[in-house]
Amino acid sequence: MNLTARLKARLARTHNAIMGGIESVLGMGTRKESLERLEEALITADVGVKTSSEIVGALKEGFKWDKEGLSERLRASISGLLKEVESPLVIPPGVVPFVIMVLGVNGVGKTTTIGKLASRFSSMGKSVILGAGDTFRAAAIEQLEIWGERAGCPVIKHSHGGDPGAVAFDAVKSAVAKKTDVVILDTAGRLHTKVNLMEELKKIKKVVNREIPSAPHENLLVVDASTGQNALNQAKLFNEYVGVTGIVITKLDGTAKGGIIVPIARELKIPIRFIGVGEGVDDLKEFNAGEFADALI
Amino acid sequence: MFDGLSEKLRGIIKDLKGHGTLSEANIESVLKEVRLALLEADVNFTVVKEFISRVKGKALGQDVLLSVTPAQQFIKVVRDELAATLGETASELEFKGRPPVIMLAGLQGSGKTTTTAKLARLLKGKGRNPYVVPADLARPAAVLQLQKLSEEIKVDCFDVAGRKDPVDICTEALRVAKIKGYDTVLVDTAGRLHIDAALMDELKGLKEILSPSEVLLVADSMTGQDAVRTAQGFDEAIGLTGVILTKLDSDARGGAALSMRISTGKPIKFIGVSEKTDGLEVFHPDRMAGRILGMGDVLTLVEKAQAAIEEKDARELEKKIKKDTFTLDDFREHLGQIKRMGSLDSILSMIPGFGALKKAKGLKVDEKEISRIEAIINSMTAKERKTPGILNAGRRARIARGSGRTVQDVNRLVKQYGQMRDMMKRFKKGGMRSLKNILPV
Repeated sequence: MNLTARLKARLARTHNAIMGGIESVLGMGTRKESLERLEEALITADVGVKTSSEIVGALKEGFKWDKEGLSERLRASISGLLKEVESPLVIPPGVVPFVIMVLGVNGVGKTTTIGKLASRFSSMGKSVILGAGDTFRAAAIEQLEIWGERAGCPVIKHSHGGDPGAVAFDAVKSAVAKKTDVVILDTAGRLHTKVNLMEELKKIKKVVNREIPSAPHENLLVVDASTGQNALNQAKLFNEYVGVTGIVITKLDGTAKGGIIVPIARELKIPIRFIGVGEGVDDLKEFNAGEFADALI
Repeated sequence: MFDGLSEKLRGIIKDLKGHGTLSEANIESVLKEVRLALLEADVNFTVVKEFISRVKGKALGQDVLLSVTPAQQFIKVVRDELAATLGETASELEFKGRPPVIMLAGLQGSGKTTTTAKLARLLKGKGRNPYVVPADLARPAAVLQLQKLSEEIKVDCFDVAGRKDPVDICTEALRVAKIKGYDTVLVDTAGRLHIDAALMDELKGLKEILSPSEVLLVADSMTGQDAVRTAQGFDEAIGLTGVILTKLDSDARGGAALSMRISTGKPIKFIGVSEKTDGLEVFHPDRMAGRILGMGDVLTLVEKAQAAIEEKDARELEKKIKKDTFTLDDFREHLGQIKRMGSLDSILSMIPGFGALKKAKGLKVDEKEISRIEAIINSMTAKERKTPGILNAGRRARIARGSGRTVQDVNRLVKQYGQMRDMMKRFKKGGMRSLKNILPV
């Protein structure tokens, strides 16, 4: 099964929820009531009350009032919104090393995503160095090392409890010396509301920036698809502190619908780079707006 | 946590207060707002519907109509219903079996391993002799993580010793636990999706071997609409006895608590409130309901304050305040007491109205501030601490150098201290055991 089919299969429940919504919508009395039901379906997909009501509000005219018409219109609307943030991560020629700093709250799948990214770049023939910047969580360094082994790339590490800025510094230094193509810096999971930890992130960024003025080239925020409306706060605050240049949505292989992408895309217009659809090393896929909207509706 | 929802509900209630009487139309509009607030808080859509219809039923009943102050009565109905939905009483852990086993399960990244260590630490603190078992072989270094955490909290951890099968690990761990006489066994399992049939079967198998007295779902409080399906999925497969809600130190509105409680009927037993191993607290549904309504978790605050401050000290402090002999020494002592209560942020969010204030003013709590203030006070002489009036420019400059702060910082502290004394004078009449009035923020 290819990834698209897998994604589709895995998003099937979402699909059914909204299409089921549309079908029952059409069984309802007035159009107003029908649209309310559709709005419900979107809210249930974590799209959020405001965004759902605005999307549905814009649906009212100019399409055929049947299942196909309605779903096609909804699809176009959502895929149109997401199209604006569909922008794959491209490493510009000549930028060596390309530095990626991976951010996110606890438990979203940062380390796993780094493992997948490392394999991805390796298989593209690029050399990769990982920086074990999560010096806080017990065994986080070892976890990254295992992923490094799998992808066949070196991991720069300090001891547990060490300074993550120093790890970033060493990783970048080492990449410059060895002319490594890509540096991926892991960071400890941190809640976006913890001021001290967010300041620490700023510091790590500054350290990297001092070594390579254009770096980090990508500040990649990892968002868990099962997160509700709080993901928007996460994106906003991480963006405020260090500037988020790309988003990865993980765990889309569950029943969670990841609808929170829609308001994030609308409000922040940050490119969505990848989606995570499983625990395997290949379960990272480039984000595609049309495909996502298809799978969703 | 729950800030957004609290504020929302407080706003609604404020609107309602002006009306005097509660008509049905009146309730309709308020309920609509409550519905919106709950949805924005990530409470599951179906759960919201059910909750709304319950509140509506009760609000339209006699309870409200007979009341002298309908607004208050209505708040009470909403609050009571929220509390009832969350579970009326705090639910204790059960320890059945020899030895009693507590199994922790959940999605990837919900915080199972950290929570296992936190729970072990909590139980150890209560005089139990826990044994932690790392049965997560899926996530790289998960076993090592639990080993390291158990070293940190000085709790014994089962030595996996190359075993590759969680069933094998659990069987052997149970055998060892019996021989060595541990009185609680905590088993950390691998994260899995509730729709992954193979892994859910594996979990069922583990449960059979362990026959646990507690099967706890570890769930992220930031979860959205899917919370219902996750909780139901795990409950159907392995029969949960309760839920531990993690990452409540975020600004998530925490609607998942309501969703999971109502969809499984299983109690939320603990909440995770920090990344450190002591960041696990007992879940109090009644208090949480008060908190959702913006009344603040005064009870928890008081309890925490009591634990941190000896009754004697409190009386002493009160006496000093009454006599107006509150010195910088006392101020420092007081700061130490606050520190013992936990993180400033978690304490402040329990104070009624502070959630809103913090948000409105974009206030950020700097945990290091207390340490900085302490550093300044520590750089003073005993005489200066007793009689801050003698702090002239020269002395202030010396203190600034000694504490690594600026003279402005020292000035600010002296000013704050003065303000606090003034404030205390005003409180003199009423006894003030409650700490919230004298927080230096």
